[in-house]
Amino acid sequence: MFHLLFYTFTFLTLASALLVVVSRDAVNAAMFLLLSLVGVAGLFVMLDAALLAFVLLLVYAGAVVALFLFIIMLLDTRPGAQKPFQKLTMAAAGLGGALLLLGVGSLHARAQLPAAEEGLAVPSLKAYAQQLFTTYLLPVQVVGFMLLIAMLGVIVLSKRFETAEGGA
Amino acid sequence: MNVGLDHYLIISALLFALGFFGVLLRKNTLVVYMCLELMLIASTLALVAFSRFNGTLDGSVFVFFILTIAAAEVAVGLAIIVALFRKRHTVQLEELNALKH
Repeated sequence: MFHLLFYTFTFLTLASALLVVVSRDAVNAAMFLLLSLVGVAGLFVMLDAALLAFVLLLVYAGAVVALFLFIIMLLDTRPGAQKPFQKLTMAAAGLGGALLLLGVGSLHARAQLPAAEEGLAVPSLKAYAQQLFTTYLLPVQVVGFMLLIAMLGVIVLSKRFETAEGGA
Repeated sequence: MNVGLDHYLIISALLFALGFFGVLLRKNTLVVYMCLELMLIASTLALVAFSRFNGTLDGSVFVFFILTIAAAEVAVGLAIIVALFRKRHTVQLEELNALKH
């Protein structure tokens, strides 16, 4: 059962990620991104991180993909004829991917990766909160401040052009 | 065969490679951006897997921060794309070559 679920989520993640890359229409790509994220959330659940899976779905599926779809429809870009991929770029991409897989392959073949300890307690919500409010209290504050700055940045970015056009 | 850490690492590497291909090959800025998100997600998957198999919580907590940063990054990036579209009326990468030459 565990294996079946694992391979199902793996297939879902990787197949939809591939479809994000090759699909012609940006809306389809966003939908496949959503599917891929669901697969990753499933893998998170299998890694005993149900809370993170929940947050991933909430933040990505709820906010990021919705934002993407909103922008795609706002910009109204037509799919159009997609140019064939350039040979040099394909070669560079293939080389990069091959290097990455070589690295992981050598890790798989040589490194002594210890097996996970069995019967490890699933981290509770309390454990996360304990970490976030003690060890990582300063990063939490910094991230909150950064969100504020990002919000200000987005407001400035989307406002400046309107006033420039209005002035001109 | 038991599902071990290396399985998750290989999935993460494949996902990262797919996102990398998308970033290099696609010409639509929005799709390139989605592929960047895929790469980010692949790295978080590796972090969660390492955290689980190490038996500590730090990696998982770090994923919280990555998700927060990613959400802010998407908001800012899409705002930039919209501003760019207003000025140039295109999101195709080969037509956005004002900084070339």
